[in-house]
Amino acid sequence: MRRKFLGLLGFGSGVFAGSVLYRRSNGRRRDRVDVYFDDGSMVSFVEGSPEAEKLLRVARDVLGPAAL
Amino acid sequence: MDAAQALADLTEISSQIESAVLFDEQGAVLGATLADGSAAQALARGAAELLAEAAAFRSSDAAVTQLEASTHEGSVFVVRDGSRRIAATTGPSPTVGLVFYDLKSALRGTEESAPATPKPRPRKKKEPVDEA
Repeated sequence: MRRKFLGLLGFGSGVFAGSVLYRRSNGRRRDRVDVYFDDGSMVSFVEGSPEAEKLLRVARDVLGPAAL
Repeated sequence: MDAAQALADLTEISSQIESAVLFDEQGAVLGATLADGSAAQALARGAAELLAEAAAFRSSDAAVTQLEASTHEGSVFVVRDGSRRIAATTGPSPTVGLVFYDLKSALRGTEESAPATPKPRPRKKKEPVDEA
């Protein structure tokens, strides 16, 4: 009885840890645009900012037909 | 190396690149991996728009040399060198540094073979006239 309980507890913990890791790995990645300039500087526009939304809209338009 | 050869080499060495297009500063397509001409034109036009929009966000004179737009569907890369540009699309989470390196190599390869202004032909030397 005790072994069965521990087995179920271990299985449940494993499923929980796996779901947390999965959500973290997928949820953390946000759409972004990295722009590099000839003076060596780089700017990163992250999803949500007006600059990123403008550039990401163009990028999504480009990815659509290119994937065909 | 011509544009078609450079793009063929690019897709051979980089398995991450799904499509690529080489174009000039006017947006004219010089070569593409896409069989559909309108899709190649759309990729070149979008890449040129990305460069222009990104440059507009910067107040200084610094020019955009390269950019990566990363989305959940995939990424768009654009690299500029002189008058030529190359754009490529990849799947999600590509190896960014490697893709940029391959695109720059392809661009450099085509620029080395760009036709240079023809040199003036050397004048023929006059034969010495033997007056004796």
